[in-house]
Amino acid sequence: MAVTLTPSTAPVTPARPVRDRHHRGVSRWVVLALVTLGALVMLVPFAFMLLNAFKSPGDYSSGGPLSWPTEFYTKGLRTYWTEVNFPLKFWNSAVIAGSVAVLGVAVSLLNAYALGIGRVRGRLWIVGLFLLANMLPQEALIYPLYYVAKQVGLYNTQLSVIIIFTVIQSAFGTYLLASVMGTFPRSLLEAAALDGAGKWTVLWRVVFPNLRPTLAVLLIFFFIWTWNEFLIPLVMLIDNQTQTIPVALASLQGDRLMDAPTTNAGALISLVPAILFFLIFQRTLARGITAGAEK
Amino acid sequence: MAVSETVAATPPAATPTPPAPSRRRRGRNAAYWLYLLPGAVLFLLVIGAPLIGTLYLSLTKWSGIGDPRWVGLDNYQQLLQDDVFWASFRNTVWMLVAMVVVPTVLGLLLAAVLFDVIGRRFKPRTAAALRAAFYLPQVLPVVVAGIVWGWILRPDGAFNSLLDAVGLGALRHDWLGDPGTALPAVMAVMIWVQIGYPVVVFMAALQRVDPELYEAAEVDGANWLHRFRAITLPQIRPETFVVALTCTIAALKVFGPIFALTRGGPDNATNVPSYFAYYTFFKKLQVGYGSAISMVLTLIIVVVAGIFIWMQARSERRDRGI
Repeated sequence: MAVTLTPSTAPVTPARPVRDRHHRGVSRWVVLALVTLGALVMLVPFAFMLLNAFKSPGDYSSGGPLSWPTEFYTKGLRTYWTEVNFPLKFWNSAVIAGSVAVLGVAVSLLNAYALGIGRVRGRLWIVGLFLLANMLPQEALIYPLYYVAKQVGLYNTQLSVIIIFTVIQSAFGTYLLASVMGTFPRSLLEAAALDGAGKWTVLWRVVFPNLRPTLAVLLIFFFIWTWNEFLIPLVMLIDNQTQTIPVALASLQGDRLMDAPTTNAGALISLVPAILFFLIFQRTLARGITAGAEK
Repeated sequence: MAVSETVAATPPAATPTPPAPSRRRRGRNAAYWLYLLPGAVLFLLVIGAPLIGTLYLSLTKWSGIGDPRWVGLDNYQQLLQDDVFWASFRNTVWMLVAMVVVPTVLGLLLAAVLFDVIGRRFKPRTAAALRAAFYLPQVLPVVVAGIVWGWILRPDGAFNSLLDAVGLGALRHDWLGDPGTALPAVMAVMIWVQIGYPVVVFMAALQRVDPELYEAAEVDGANWLHRFRAITLPQIRPETFVVALTCTIAALKVFGPIFALTRGGPDNATNVPSYFAYYTFFKKLQVGYGSAISMVLTLIIVVVAGIFIWMQARSERRDRGI
């Protein structure tokens, strides 16, 4: 225990028998080895992806998936980049996920304000309804949405996907924010009301600033979830101009163009934005989650 | 507090008397409905109406063109005799094993080990790095994961080469192409995809637990397993509920990985209700039948979610009672 580096744990407990410490000294290394092995197994597919993304098709067919590439081959990557028009797909994904994140948070905030702070009648049922809506299988909505989108000219537009996901994500956001706002300090609201602030002012000047960390977390979740969505974009977006990254990659599956190196290169560049967001947002996420927990 | 002057519309609500009369209070709260209006309209358009539409279509025969023909409960009767339908729900049970049971149990164990053993006896940074490795697949768009795994498990893919390399070449196999191995292979991929989520949630939950509980137990001579069962499990039960519920819903709805890995094949060995519904809608153009599949899936999800929430409420009540 004395050698523990975690600052939060208490110092030496004198009562501990010496034999036990020795015992743990060995077993903790066994545990570390086992968990590390598990973590490495988790990373193996990523290693395969990296190894084969920069291998020429000739190399691949002669050496197989495990061989070390004899040259640093980037044509697979470039083929995928230009054939798929990756920058456009990236833009499409970013526009859809970005709009949904912002609009979804806005709608969630308004809903939750009425439910969590306004405490309108029947709020428990309404919140339950929103929660349930978020759990529904998208298959239960997709055909009518697809049919109506075709009728009103929204089929194969990003707007259709943005509207649909704004609602689906805000169903979850409403549930989360309503419970957070349920514990919002009443004294703050009353003080604002005493100053003569109306509901809109209270929302923007009192509630919004206090909830900013939670809203940031929600924004990030909505963005990543929407970025990774598949079924609805697959049904709604049918051509190269509108498709998102996952749909573009999936629709090329089995295509003649997609030999093993190109498949891996495509997967690799589809993965890069996701990892980047994760790294960029991780700090915000950690901050926001703690901020929420301290409430 | 800076109060803007743009609030003219609302009456001066400021009455310093604390117990506001109930009529006035209700009137004040009624104004909040206005804030619910945009959300409610969108909700009805995008979720309420389509859900009712699907329910209606499930009682018809329709190819998507012309007018739907009312057939009553025919589609549901047909479902009961459809082997593919039953196979898809049998596979869902296996998906629950791969996406809920195994990740939750393994995730609990890993989180406890990472937090308790590695985080305390080694550097916390070691635990954080290992956690990141387990979490990485969660960041990947699930379809991309499916495509990469589809390639790895191909007859000429990386997994078979790996078997060759370690001298197990006799086990070479078309993992996703053989009805006998396709489902276990898909399950393994789903465990890989899913495991990071419980690990991260449970590790965050463990930070909430008072370390003095563990120290007291340690002084009392409780070993690691005792502490895990007596302290860790009960303390992080709320998070366990959330993880189990979200993973269960995700398993019941799983679509993307199946689409990318096997398209439900071979021979429906990996078909799941949500892919079956998609295929029936858009490939077979049997909109009524697809709607019926979707409605059954919806019903199951609603019931399962209801049971979870009821159990959670009950256990919270019991905790408060003690």
